Amino acid sequence: MRRTRGLVAAVALTLLSACAPTSGAAPPPPARLVVFAAASLSDAYGSLGRTFEAEHPGVTVVFSFDGSSTLVDQLTSGAPADVFASADQANMDKATAANLLSGAPALFATNTLTLIVPAGNPAGITGLDSSLAGKKLVVCADGVPCGSATTTLAKQLGVTLKPVSEETKVTDVRAKVETGQADAGIVYVTDAKSSGSKVDTIPITGADTVRNNYLVGVVATSKQAALASAFVSLVTGPEGRTALAAAGFATP
Amino acid sequence: MIRPPLPRWLALPAAFAAIFLAVPLVAMLVRVPWSRFPALLATSSSLDALWLSLRTCVASTAVCLVLGLPLAVVLSRSHGRLATAGRLLASLPMVLPPVVAGLALLVALGRRAWLGSRLSLLGVDLAFTTAAVVVAQTFVAMPYLVVTVEGALRSAQDDFDVVAATLGASPTTVLGRVTLPLAAPAIASGTALAFARALGEFGATLTFAGSLQGTTRTLPLEVYLVRETDTDAAIALSVVLVAIAVVLVAVTAVLGRRQQVRR
Repeated sequence: MRRTRGLVAAVALTLLSACAPTSGAAPPPPARLVVFAAASLSDAYGSLGRTFEAEHPGVTVVFSFDGSSTLVDQLTSGAPADVFASADQANMDKATAANLLSGAPALFATNTLTLIVPAGNPAGITGLDSSLAGKKLVVCADGVPCGSATTTLAKQLGVTLKPVSEETKVTDVRAKVETGQADAGIVYVTDAKSSGSKVDTIPITGADTVRNNYLVGVVATSKQAALASAFVSLVTGPEGRTALAAAGFATP
Repeated sequence: MIRPPLPRWLALPAAFAAIFLAVPLVAMLVRVPWSRFPALLATSSSLDALWLSLRTCVASTAVCLVLGLPLAVVLSRSHGRLATAGRLLASLPMVLPPVVAGLALLVALGRRAWLGSRLSLLGVDLAFTTAAVVVAQTFVAMPYLVVTVEGALRSAQDDFDVVAATLGASPTTVLGRVTLPLAAPAIASGTALAFARALGEFGATLTFAGSLQGTTRTLPLEVYLVRETDTDAAIALSVVLVAIAVVLVAVTAVLGRRQQVRR
């Protein structure tokens, strides 16, 4: 028993010393900015987070990237966050309806859909046309943002899609095309960009008529609203536009 | 024989464990919008998912029995390094994270994979088919049957099989008339465990088989999708899953007891 107690004390001491500040100079008050952001923003926000940390010494930006609806669910259940960025209007509307945000959210980017095929296009797909007959097309399920956009676009173009799978996450569509399980998939242009050389992109004519709006806002329960606002300003400002454009987003 | 009493303090952590396991389930039952319950379940997508789940689980459990039972019997009578490796292999999918199991199946049986591309030359294309769901379920569920039955066979103390063999019964007769009937309770509970695991299969199906109503979207995948838009409907579907699991566990318990009494 005594030995156990000694071990516990030793572990506690180690943990404490690990937390203690190492430099002698008075450090700026440490702060942690928690950003809940749609999964498709991970590349762009990752680089913006590093910019923000460089501009605000002592501040650490922590991201939780997930599906927008999952993030809204977590916020509703009281998850502590300072900033929320949604990949579509519907989920941001859910958040504002539940009074989760302080002030009106800001539109900062839009995304459109595109067709991707495995590198080299082994199934010879030419677009949303007869070349898809008998081939394995994978899309997002209706109800998730990218799926709703797909349904709207198909309706506008007057085409009937016969997918072999309707995924809950756009990244699952991407993975199935990258691995060659699927012959084609409909994803956001930003996903096509992230997949790089693993896929070939076939633009869909008229895709720009269906745009997903990306909105960002400060969470109402944030204890550091000023810092959160500063992050939102960074996202909507010139640096934000550059990072978002690099990831393939269109910016307003 | 009267067993010595247990230490009293044991009740405290035991009660805590029971509460810990019960709270999430009770919370879910409380959250179910019971007035909307029938309507939430009667959608075509829910019914398709339920029907698909039951069909695929029956199929994968059957495959588990046909292939897993022989493996369990062989492992139970094997010794040495090869047997140890075999036991490890047979239990490995139990501890693999589901998505990892799916990725493993993908790189083995995917359209671009070594085995998968050869199978498709033979005209067998698993990608995005119900058969792929059964493969995923079998892969994650079979270990439960093998481990349960193998453990029971190995720890069996009686020598009925030796007696039967001495009396001139052939190996097949000994296996079919003595060894397996004696292991019936373990086979029943192993089968139920495998069925329950197949029913709950999610990650490997999502990664390997895809998600399409009536073809590959089983009940857990439907819960995952519905949760995106309607938490209430997702909870209602989850309760159905829990109910099926409860029935399964109860049936196994009854079967197991009956077998033991007969024995």
